[in-house]
Amino acid sequence: MIKNRLFYSVVWFLSILTLAVLLMIIGYIMYRGLTQISWEFLSEKPALMGKKGGIFPVIIGTLYVTGVALVIAAPIGIAAAVYFVEYSKEGRLVRIIRTFTEVLAGIPSIIIGLFGFAFFVVFLGFGWSVLSGGLSVSLMILPILIRSTEEALKTVPLSYREGSLSLGASKWETTYKIVLPCCKNGILTGLILSIGRVVGETAVIMLTVGGALKVPMSLFDSTRTMALHMYILAAEGISQERAFATAALLVLIILVINGLANIISARIGGAHGK
Amino acid sequence: MGNNSNAAMRPETQFEIRDLDLFYDKFQALHHVDMDILKNRVTALIGPSGCGKSTFIRTLNRMNDLIPIVKITGSVKFDGTDIFGRDCDVIALRKKVGMVFQKPNPFPKTVYENIVYGPRIHGEKNKRKLDELVEMSLKQVALWDEVKDRLHKPALGLSGGQQQRLCIARCLAVEPEVILMDEPTSALDPVATLKIEELMSSLRERYTIVIVTHNMQQAGRISDFTSFFLNGEVIETDHTDAIFSNPSNSKTEEYITGRFG
Repeated sequence: MIKNRLFYSVVWFLSILTLAVLLMIIGYIMYRGLTQISWEFLSEKPALMGKKGGIFPVIIGTLYVTGVALVIAAPIGIAAAVYFVEYSKEGRLVRIIRTFTEVLAGIPSIIIGLFGFAFFVVFLGFGWSVLSGGLSVSLMILPILIRSTEEALKTVPLSYREGSLSLGASKWETTYKIVLPCCKNGILTGLILSIGRVVGETAVIMLTVGGALKVPMSLFDSTRTMALHMYILAAEGISQERAFATAALLVLIILVINGLANIISARIGGAHGK
Repeated sequence: MGNNSNAAMRPETQFEIRDLDLFYDKFQALHHVDMDILKNRVTALIGPSGCGKSTFIRTLNRMNDLIPIVKITGSVKFDGTDIFGRDCDVIALRKKVGMVFQKPNPFPKTVYENIVYGPRIHGEKNKRKLDELVEMSLKQVALWDEVKDRLHKPALGLSGGQQQRLCIARCLAVEPEVILMDEPTSALDPVATLKIEELMSSLRERYTIVIVTHNMQQAGRISDFTSFFLNGEVIETDHTDAIFSNPSNSKTEEYITGRFG
C-alpha cells in the first residue's frame, strides 16, 4: 500500500517536472522574445545582418523550404508506406529497405547536410538554394513520414479491406478509397512531426540553403530559415534580443500549425466515422 | 414446353465444386470437397467450430487470395467457368458473388457513401441512378424507413443489426447473383437476428444464398439445402428437411442432436 502510494507520488512528481521544464522554456522564450515582436519585425527586411529591422525574408524562407521538403517527401513517404504495408510480401527486399529507412532516421543531421552540400549543391549544381535545402531535408523527414503512415495503415481493420474487395473493388481502389482515408490523422501527425523537424534544423540548412538575407524568388535562390537566423544571431553575437524574438515567433508558428492540424483532423474524423 | 417445365423444376447449378483441397501452409483445412450449390436456393453450411465452413465459403469468391499461405487444388466452377482458371476475372467474380461477414463491417463513411461505393467502383456516375439504388437497396433490407433521414450520417452510428442490414444492402447494390453469408447473425441480438432471417426469406427468390451458421434452428428455418462439415470434410449434403429428420450419416445425426460440437 505504502509502496504503491510512493510509486504514484514519484511518477506524479516526474510528470509535473517534465511539464514544468517545458513551460519554463516556453515561458522564458516568450518573456524575452514576445516584447520584441512588432509589425515592423514581421514585415521588414533585416538591416545590419539582423541587428536591426525585421525578419520578413526569413519567415518566407522558412515556409518555402518547409513547403518544398513536404512536397518532395510526403508523396514518396506515403507511397513507400503503402507499398510496405499493402503490397509487399514480407521479403528480403522490404527488410533491407526498412533497415535503410531506420538508419536514415538515425543519421546525424550534419551528415545529411554534408551529403546535401556535396551532392545537391556542388555535384548537381543547384547551388545554395531552396531546392538543395528542400531535397536534403526531405531525406531527413522521409523516415518519419514512412513510419507514421505505416503505423496508421496497420490500424485499419482487415474487415474494411475485405468489405471493399468483396464488392469487386480492386486492391488499388480499396487502398485509395477506403484504407488511406482512414489514415488521414496518422499521416497528418507525420506531417506535423516533419514540419517540426524542418523548422528546427540548422546544420543542414546552413550547408545547403546558404543563408542569404533576402526573399527567395525562385527554387534556386539562397535564403535563410528562422532556426538558422537565430543560430547566426546568437553565435555571432549580433543580437540576443532578435534571436529571442525569432524564437518566440517560431514557437508561436509551431503552436498554430499544431492547432490547425488538430482542427483539420477533428473535421475529417467528424465527416468519416464516429 | 416440356424442357421449360423441367428447367423450372430442376434448378440450375450455380457452383460446382469438385475434389477441393485447401491448405494453410502444411495444415489441410478442406479435404476433397464435392458439392453442387443450386441457383436461387438457400444452402446452409453447418458444423462445429474450426471444421472449415468459413474457409470453404471464402473460397467461393476467392477471398482466401488475401491469405498468402493458402494453397488450393481441385476445381470450383461458377456458372460453368473455373474460378481459379487463368481467364477468370476475380473482380467480375466478386461483383457477381457478394459477401456478408460475421461482424458488420460498414466503411467509416456515411450510410449513403457505403451503398454507392460498389456501384461507383463499377462505373455508375449518374447521381439520380445512385440515389435510386440507395433507396432500392435499403428498402430491400427493410432499413429505408429507419435511416432515410440520416443517409448522410456516419454508418458507424447505427446499431449492430442496422449495420449488418446496411452491409447486406451494400452488397445488393452491386446487383450480385450470389450472396455468401459467413455467420451473419452471430454478433447480433435475437431481434436483429430475426430481422435478418426475415430478410433472407425475402431475398431467396432473387439470389442464390450460401450461409454459414452455428445455429441449427436457423439453418432449419431458412435453408433449402444443408451441408454438414466435420474436420474439413463434407459429411453429407441434402434437403434441409432430410438432414434434420432423417440424416443418412450417423455423425450428422450425432451433431444435430447435440451429442458433440
